[in-house]
Amino acid sequence: MTLTLSPASPPPASLQPQGWLRYLSFSTDHKVIGLQYLVCGFLFYLVGGALAGAIRTELLTPISDFLPRETYNEVLTLHGTVMIFLWIVPVVNGAFGNYLIPFYVGARDMAFPRLNAVAFWLIPPAGLLLISSYFIASAAQSGWTAYPPLSLTTPATGQIIWILSVLLLGGSSIFGGINFIATILKLRRPGLKLMQLPMYCWAMLGTSILVVLSTPVLAGTLVLLSFDIIAHTGFFNPSLGGNAVVYQHLFWFYSHPAVYIMVLPAFGLVSEILPVHARKPLFGYTTMVYSIMGIVFLGLIVWAHHMFTSGTPPWMRLFFTIATSFIAVPTGIKFFNWLATLWGGKIALNSAMLFSCGFIFNFVFGGITGVALAQVPFDIHVHDTYFVVGHFHYIVYGGTVFVIFASIYHWYPKVTGRLLNEPLGQLHFLLTFIGFNLCFAPQHWMGLNGMPRRVAEYDPQFELINQVSSVGALLMAISTLPFLINVVLSAYRGAPAGDNPWNALTPEWLTTSPPPVENWHGEPPLVEEPYGYGVEPGELSLAATSGREIWAVGDPDRKP
Amino acid sequence: MRIPAAILTLLAGMALVLTGLWVGQNINLLPEDASLNAPVYDELFKVLFSIGTILLIGIAGLIVYSLVRFRRVNGDHGDGVAIEGNLPLEILWTAIPAIVVLFVGIYSYDIYERMGGMAPLNDHSMHAMHGDAAEGRTWAGISPVAQGADASEPTLPVEVTAMQFAFIFHYPEADITSGELHVPVGQPVALTMKANDVIHAFWVPQFRLKQDIIPGQPTLLSFTATKAGRYPIVCAELCGPYHGGMRSTVIVDEPQTFADWVAQNSPAPAPAAPTAIQS
Repeated sequence: MTLTLSPASPPPASLQPQGWLRYLSFSTDHKVIGLQYLVCGFLFYLVGGALAGAIRTELLTPISDFLPRETYNEVLTLHGTVMIFLWIVPVVNGAFGNYLIPFYVGARDMAFPRLNAVAFWLIPPAGLLLISSYFIASAAQSGWTAYPPLSLTTPATGQIIWILSVLLLGGSSIFGGINFIATILKLRRPGLKLMQLPMYCWAMLGTSILVVLSTPVLAGTLVLLSFDIIAHTGFFNPSLGGNAVVYQHLFWFYSHPAVYIMVLPAFGLVSEILPVHARKPLFGYTTMVYSIMGIVFLGLIVWAHHMFTSGTPPWMRLFFTIATSFIAVPTGIKFFNWLATLWGGKIALNSAMLFSCGFIFNFVFGGITGVALAQVPFDIHVHDTYFVVGHFHYIVYGGTVFVIFASIYHWYPKVTGRLLNEPLGQLHFLLTFIGFNLCFAPQHWMGLNGMPRRVAEYDPQFELINQVSSVGALLMAISTLPFLINVVLSAYRGAPAGDNPWNALTPEWLTTSPPPVENWHGEPPLVEEPYGYGVEPGELSLAATSGREIWAVGDPDRKP
Repeated sequence: MRIPAAILTLLAGMALVLTGLWVGQNINLLPEDASLNAPVYDELFKVLFSIGTILLIGIAGLIVYSLVRFRRVNGDHGDGVAIEGNLPLEILWTAIPAIVVLFVGIYSYDIYERMGGMAPLNDHSMHAMHGDAAEGRTWAGISPVAQGADASEPTLPVEVTAMQFAFIFHYPEADITSGELHVPVGQPVALTMKANDVIHAFWVPQFRLKQDIIPGQPTLLSFTATKAGRYPIVCAELCGPYHGGMRSTVIVDEPQTFADWVAQNSPAPAPAAPTAIQS
């Protein structure tokens, strides 16, 4: 992959489509694949958002009057599955991982480009399969958790299609994970040390380890579940001597790490964005790395905190309480480090920065309720209620989706060569932030006071608060408009960005915007200090020019 | 002359802690408490709420302060200070959260023990009398009775069957079957719960109690109601299309009223219809 093309000879006429058509092709270019993931994920985000809109419309009134009851359960199942497996996981991993990781390690592509394309092309069919299940028969109705025996008794066709689709998406995720691990560990530019990698590489390394260790468990579990449905085996069917709780253990062995699969890459992306726009080095690089690895380790041994009311033995509850609480420590380190990164910087209040700060606030909120939920006695009251719904939306939407938007504002100039419109971006942030908090903060109160999750009808005392929450959801839906307008219009009319509009030091900015097919003309740069911003404390001068000259661009002497 | 920053920081910190404590003690987000468990739970909630408020306001304050104080002035293209880390500081903010979560963990363990959650599993002495010893294994939920073990107050056994989409309560001693749960104030109640179709969950928000009812695993849940009234019983685990309608009521009576109810219903076992499903 690191062979240099002779720049003189133009590439021979390719069988691969050129221009925009390559985004619909089996391209092996990591940047094309990254954008394929991003756009495909965003389309599914719109689908999942429409499903969320249906849920919030149903919940405007305490009675079940908008959707048929079965359809409501199909909608909530599809909403969860689409948002997790088709939007967040593919975008924070696949999209940004593919686009950025080869740049960060100084490679011209991913380690396995064809596997990479296969991993992406599993997603659209799987997604269409999942959504079409609604039209073919009926979609799965047992929630994204698909707990048996419910998932064994709901209509089988929809459940089987759901399993197939999740298996395909899990396969895609594993292919991606293997590829990232190989690329980060083996494709680094000679001379680039592990501890010089941008933080996103570490986040993706940790995430990919989680993906590779835990996704196969989900796949195995779902295969067993499908046997129970099709072949009437009794793995999880109590009436045939099976055990329903075993499924929960196996399911959460993947699905709790899945939370970290969704947030660790977001942590990595924020670690890239904050130093650039605060003009300061990332605070505490080494502790950030160790805290990622700590989260990976702890993330694998906390799954049973989803099962505190499932009749788990007391010792297990105690162990998982302590283990879960302790995840707050490495996570806390990261948040304090980001705050310290902001402290004393010269902060540009642009959309990328605002979304990143919105992420910090939302995630801290979700983290606090998370530590509370880890406490068994606390959890026993609010488990499976809207408190939990509020909590995990603060983590995955307030956390990850805010970071996805921050990242789009940050890297759009690199991808297109044009800047996004700032006022529209700030409007987008304002609407999203207000809408999000209006939608999900009141849900904590509803959960504490007796509203269970996944219901189409509820106690009339929650009507007003549910309507407030739905107004928030409407604002979130509206907030997508300025974003879409911005992204489309700026692609044609945006101000030219130049190669490095943020004066950033990480390697993706040390090439043209958009970058050439193999990322750099000439040698990849050796970036030993990706966060080398700032003036030394002693020589603080306001007139200092940006960035220390610390990278060696295309140093030909380094190549043996 | 300016006030030194250290003093301002100290004052801000004190104000923050006081605000957190005040919020935790004075803002009530919880429903009425009506069981022996509930006040214990509320105690934990207040502590967590205070800590959470302090953290959230503190961090939000830091973000807003940083964004305002360190915002880039127009025309300034310089960099911030090149501080790449501070090991003592990092050790400090690793140690403080570690101590806080350890404290919270131990405290919640203590709370859990006071709620009776650490009662050993397979405690056959407890449920043998309910006649389900043949089931082999009963999974414990929270069971304060196990801790108290007070012979003075006999427990009231009730058998709960959860099904799509209703709860049915059977009183083995009086041979009453009811769609609503009637219990007396002050007497421990031991629910033996089973489900035959899918997983359900028994939740009474005012009791701060929840337990999944899992097919194939009879579960024990005990509580002592402390306030007369009617409280909702909510199914909290997705159990099918009418999950939201799977609700019932627990009616906590004064002991005399409860005895009257038992007397009225027990001689002629007239099984009340299971809670109707609302459409």
